Amino acid sequence: MSDDMKAITVDGLRKRYGDVTAVDGVSFQVENGEIFGMVGPNGSGKTTTIECIEGLRDPDEGQIGVLGLDPWLDVYELRERTGIQLQSANLPRRMRVEEAMDVFSSFYRTSRDWQPLLEGLGLGDKRKTYFSQLSGGQQQRLFVALALINQPEIVFLDELTTGLDPRARHGIWDLMREIREQGTTVFLTSHFMDEAEQLCDRVAILDYGRIIALDTPERLVNQLGMGTRIVFQVNGGTQTGQIRGGNGSHEAAFDGAQIGVIDGVQRIELTGDKVMVYGDGSNLVSEVINSLETSGVSFHNLRTEQADLEDVFLALTGRQVGDLESPVLI
Amino acid sequence: MHGLGKFFVMQFKLYLREPLAFFFSLAYPALLLLLFGFIYGNQPAPEFWGRNFGTVDASVPAYTAIIIGTVALMGIPIDTATNRETGVLRRYRATPLQPAAYLIASIAVYLVIALLGMGLLVLTGKLVFGLRMEGSWFSILVAFILSAFSFYSVGYLIASVVPTSRIAQAVGMVIFFPMMFLSGAGLPLQLLPEGLQKVSDFLPMSYVVRLIQGLWFGDSWVDLWVPVLVLVAMLALGTLLSSRMFRWD
Repeated sequence: MSDDMKAITVDGLRKRYGDVTAVDGVSFQVENGEIFGMVGPNGSGKTTTIECIEGLRDPDEGQIGVLGLDPWLDVYELRERTGIQLQSANLPRRMRVEEAMDVFSSFYRTSRDWQPLLEGLGLGDKRKTYFSQLSGGQQQRLFVALALINQPEIVFLDELTTGLDPRARHGIWDLMREIREQGTTVFLTSHFMDEAEQLCDRVAILDYGRIIALDTPERLVNQLGMGTRIVFQVNGGTQTGQIRGGNGSHEAAFDGAQIGVIDGVQRIELTGDKVMVYGDGSNLVSEVINSLETSGVSFHNLRTEQADLEDVFLALTGRQVGDLESPVLI
Repeated sequence: MHGLGKFFVMQFKLYLREPLAFFFSLAYPALLLLLFGFIYGNQPAPEFWGRNFGTVDASVPAYTAIIIGTVALMGIPIDTATNRETGVLRRYRATPLQPAAYLIASIAVYLVIALLGMGLLVLTGKLVFGLRMEGSWFSILVAFILSAFSFYSVGYLIASVVPTSRIAQAVGMVIFFPMMFLSGAGLPLQLLPEGLQKVSDFLPMSYVVRLIQGLWFGDSWVDLWVPVLVLVAMLALGTLLSSRMFRWD
């Protein structure tokens, strides 16, 4: 495989179910060794897209290449070299965890030592447990283990951490970063924007079967130009109103704090005892705090808020990700 | 075909872990034999059977048809529909396991289970009632495998057309139970009114009973060309249709 070969190329993918167009002309490429995420509300076409790439669905239109293979025609070769975690799947009720690992590893030409994999996923003490006796989160982690059992070149994870508690989620994110370090390309879908933002090198945002944005999470957020917002409360209240920052003639009206003159501050809002400072720049927060302290302003509850992918989705569609569960059919 | 052997062993273990399936395919026919064996004994009754055999001698080959029918019409459709409905088949499909390998391993498990059921039946007959048999065990094994494959192909056809495991169960029962009583498998046809005996000509299970019982009583394959032809035709049609209609998702 040549170095410039992409892990995945998708060109003009379309898939209809009856009158509903689930995927409506999607094109993108995934680089080797990156964690690529596809996010969007339920029903936006994520699962159909990932299943076409996995070779589980036959696209109506478009070209797909995975490791240089056609997922529909070279499906068994692809299965050997990729790992798949499905959004909804099951194992037989009375299959034990270790039996599942053993029998699934026998399906592949090559497989890894799965004991450490189970340990790493917190299933080390569940080896003898029947599948039906695992909790939802444990079943989910077992499916992640099954997807990694053949040391895949690409691993596909559909709704990776749905149903997991925060600790398990973070554990799985760490595992994904680890396998990326080992050279595996990770392709995942999620409807959790924070998951995509923290885990993915690049993110494609899907809505109604189309990609409406694709970039690194940082750039997607920065393109919004929302910058950073610093929020705090001052003892003794403020002079309610809005002051434009940027030069010395407009000083903040509370207790002489010279926030308005700080480089990068764009806007200050005062409401009651609450102060909101909008701006950007890497030193913004420390300079604001410095300035407050040198001028002896007594403040509390200071926090910073950054725009995130939720805001990106909102800006692009006018809706929250959770607003509309699926495209309205009929 | 990687992992076929391991997958077979796994499927076999999974089958044995389902108490209900285990009971109906293995223990139930032997218990039935014990029950009716103790009621009727196994004295030769040529006036009833037309030959020098007793109730147990005739029931063992007939109950073999029940075993094949239970596995084919209840076990296969319900297991397969359940695995499809819950996404087990989807999970297998996302590995290099080939569909053919899945089917071969599963059919092999069902065959071994039915053979074990028959083995238990024969053993019970021998040990408790001094079972008699005039044919060749090899012929009976061949007839058994033909009957099993023929019925299994129909089982997979049912599994292919039913939408859910509940419907699979209903369809399996509706087909199996009347056939069990009207084909001579569950009770001798001679006990039925004459009109009802005619119905057995239209039931596939009757031909399993006729073939295996015939060979058991010492008839030759040539004498039994009708049941052989029916079962071969059923196998061909069942395989053709089920292979076209089988769904993984």
